Amino acid sequence: MRQFPTAPAPHLPERNSVRKVMVTVMVMLLPGTLVQAGFFGPGVLVQIGLAAIIALALEAVCLRLRGQRLAPFLGDGSAVVTAWLFALCLPPLAPWWLALTGMVAAIVVGKHLYGGLGHNLFNPAMVGFAVVLVCFPLSMAQWPAAAGAGATIGSGTLSLLEVLTAIFSGQPPAPGWDGLSQATPLDLARQHLASGATIDELAARADYAQARTAWTWIAAAFAAGGIGLCLRRVADWRTPAAVIATTVVLGLLAAMIDADRHVPASSQLLTGGLVLAAFFIATDPVTGATTPRGRWLFGAGVAALTLAIRRWGAYPDGIAFAILLMNAAAPLIDRLTPPRIVGRRR
Amino acid sequence: MDSSDSGADGAAPLRRLPPPARLYLPLLQHQGEPARPCVEIGQQVAKGQCLGRAAGELSAPVHAPTSGRVVAIVERDIGHASGRALPCIELEPDGQERWQRLTPWPDWYRRRPNELLSRLAEAGVTGLGGASYPTAAKLALAPSMPNLGDAAAATCDLPEPTSPPAPVPARIETLIINAVECEPWIGCDDALLRAHPDQVLAGAALLGHVLGAARVLIAVDSDLGDARQALAATLDGALAGSRPAHATTTDTTSGPRPDHRVPGSVAGKNLSPDPGQEASALAGLPAAVLQPLAIVPVSGRYPQGGERQLVHTLTGHALAAGRWPREVGVACVNVGTAAACWRAVASGEPLVERIVTVTGPGVRSPVNLVAPLGTPVADLVAAAGGYSERAARLVLGGPMMGRALANDGVPLGKSGNCILVLAAAPAGDDQVMPCIRCGECARVCPSKLLPQQLHFHLQARQWPRAAALGLADCIECGLCAQVCPSRIPLLAWFQHGKGELAWQQRSAVQAEAAQQRHQLRQQRLDRDAADQAQRLRAREQVTPDPGAGPLPPAVAAALARARARGKSPADAPQDSPSA
Repeated sequence: MRQFPTAPAPHLPERNSVRKVMVTVMVMLLPGTLVQAGFFGPGVLVQIGLAAIIALALEAVCLRLRGQRLAPFLGDGSAVVTAWLFALCLPPLAPWWLALTGMVAAIVVGKHLYGGLGHNLFNPAMVGFAVVLVCFPLSMAQWPAAAGAGATIGSGTLSLLEVLTAIFSGQPPAPGWDGLSQATPLDLARQHLASGATIDELAARADYAQARTAWTWIAAAFAAGGIGLCLRRVADWRTPAAVIATTVVLGLLAAMIDADRHVPASSQLLTGGLVLAAFFIATDPVTGATTPRGRWLFGAGVAALTLAIRRWGAYPDGIAFAILLMNAAAPLIDRLTPPRIVGRRR
Repeated sequence: MDSSDSGADGAAPLRRLPPPARLYLPLLQHQGEPARPCVEIGQQVAKGQCLGRAAGELSAPVHAPTSGRVVAIVERDIGHASGRALPCIELEPDGQERWQRLTPWPDWYRRRPNELLSRLAEAGVTGLGGASYPTAAKLALAPSMPNLGDAAAATCDLPEPTSPPAPVPARIETLIINAVECEPWIGCDDALLRAHPDQVLAGAALLGHVLGAARVLIAVDSDLGDARQALAATLDGALAGSRPAHATTTDTTSGPRPDHRVPGSVAGKNLSPDPGQEASALAGLPAAVLQPLAIVPVSGRYPQGGERQLVHTLTGHALAAGRWPREVGVACVNVGTAAACWRAVASGEPLVERIVTVTGPGVRSPVNLVAPLGTPVADLVAAAGGYSERAARLVLGGPMMGRALANDGVPLGKSGNCILVLAAAPAGDDQVMPCIRCGECARVCPSKLLPQQLHFHLQARQWPRAAALGLADCIECGLCAQVCPSRIPLLAWFQHGKGELAWQQRSAVQAEAAQQRHQLRQQRLDRDAADQAQRLRAREQVTPDPGAGPLPPAVAAALARARARGKSPADAPQDSPSA
């Protein structure tokens, strides 16, 4: 009589894994990341690598302190994804300690103090980003001009050595910060509208148009990767659909009220981090809503809060805060939106 | 879910497996109580002879799959959910295949439903799709079956009258014959449809006749084109060639009359020859019994073969937990069961064999076998060419809901539709990660549950929350666990949770009953105390001045007697309280 080991059903061998999910996210992040690096130089990639190394080191320390096995959790890729998403939000020449601070907030506080993978209430990347944004607003505002932005020297023209020097010494390359940096389109729009000018006057400015073009390309590349993510069913399509639809609807409503005083829907969508957030951050399953209807609500809430913070808040782009607020609301949303079980009334 | 890449489907050859050296017939091959052995150790038995009688209406008798000698009654691992060894009758075949049949009823369409139900119960027919619910008991629950008593009495020698269930619809409108393979890899339904389409159709007609169903839908997996065509061609041929209904009364050539006893045994003859040599099961049937039959292709996407899924697809009735197809006038019977019913009635063969698929990367040549019940798994695998080098896990049933067996000495039971031998999973595949709430489980759940939330609450031992989220509606298909990237054994969690909830509900009911008992007792004690106080008061009022008022004659008489004995009535013995 031959003996066999037993295990609970089901018994099919081909299976998905957390690692595969995370690797898929990274692959789908690639197009947007490369386009962003094309416009802003190798600093984008350096920041991602730097944040990833810090994140893995912190993850290992936390796992050790928590008495967990290192291999499965270090290898699951979740820390790298967190670092990657965080680094995409950093200015490409930001000093190294911004990444360190952000990763401590993200991995140690946002993730492991809540119980590690799967137990965190708030999206770790957004926790890290919100912390550095609040603590170091000046450093976070120093976005270099995008490549091809006319007279200004774009960071895309800097060599890798200059980039590394800037990041690790904290000193800007030759032209200095004033010569290098340029306000992001949302920042420009904000300052512009605050000064009483209209959107049409803003659109006529050359630097705005150039920056807008760069950010639009980046958004398009992230959207392409994001659609791939939805097609691979790693992300649920409802969340990005809700974010984008809500942004468009609210943008159009604002334009109907006063087209001169509001950023148009297209710019809302394409010139900030909204597309990246819609496909890669709001779809974070751990911290988002998990019911089908809840995902619609969650996405709509992210978009509405983002636009509200952009319009009335103190920050040019409010995505991180919108995501964190909706993270807090997600358990309630889940509870209020259970799907109808087959054969039952709602 | 797709079985075509590596599994044995019905295209694998259907072979008849001769009885192995030893058969182990579990007395529990069905839901309900184990059968009670009715043979003695050392006794010679004929094929089809009853070895164990049904014990109660939910039980089913067990018959000898071949002629031979009863060697022992042993406890053996039979792959039961409890994991316990259960009694089996060990049978040594004599190679004679000496039959002892029940009376064949080729003219079953003239018999009353209750007679036929009794026959099904007597022949030990149970659902062959997996749950192994005794078929007669299942059919008897149908609203058009008022007299369960007859069938129950026939299942064993212990008549246990049962009250008929509350009839919701007047009758079973639709009978569904389930020929949708319940899980990937399993090919026994397909093999049956190819080999014996006539028996399937005759069984469907028989069950439709028993239930009085207006239509009988034979739901066939749409991937099984060949099988469906065979079935359709057979049905068309039968309808074209069948006799008009009125002619049946004069026909005497179709087989033995009901009052005509056939010999109890036919020595040395295997009466289940190759399908090609067999007379069609549909020969001589009146058109009326075949008229309700229709063949319906159904998507074979797992878990379409589940009863509730099939009822939903074919009739539009979505059934929540606790509701049954019969409540909406639908009955659902597995295709193998239907054929077994026909054999039990028309040929008088008790259920002694079944088709089992032996497949998976762990066997050399996957095969569909007609195997005697009680055949050890090792013999079934040997018939499939034996284990390959990759064999690492032995599963009884399909890959999704099947049970991993600890050894291959487990005998084939009535519900054994598949023996699946799987290769080893890649190393590290068993690492369970935390839930990342990706929602894949919710996307694939056929009951539209939220497995991730259920798991969350079950982990936290929040049973009421899990119940509120519909834990009872889980059909245990295993899809959620299959797609889970974190490899969480969700199915095991839900089975555990259901068990816990059932336990808690039972405890709650017991606590409620105990509380009611206590309250009733308290009321009774209070009432008795009040009665006693009242009686005392009445006596106190009476004793000091017996002549004050007109006393009832009985009291007056009692007082008189007491006085005559020289005692006061207060000292007289009182009724003891009934507490």
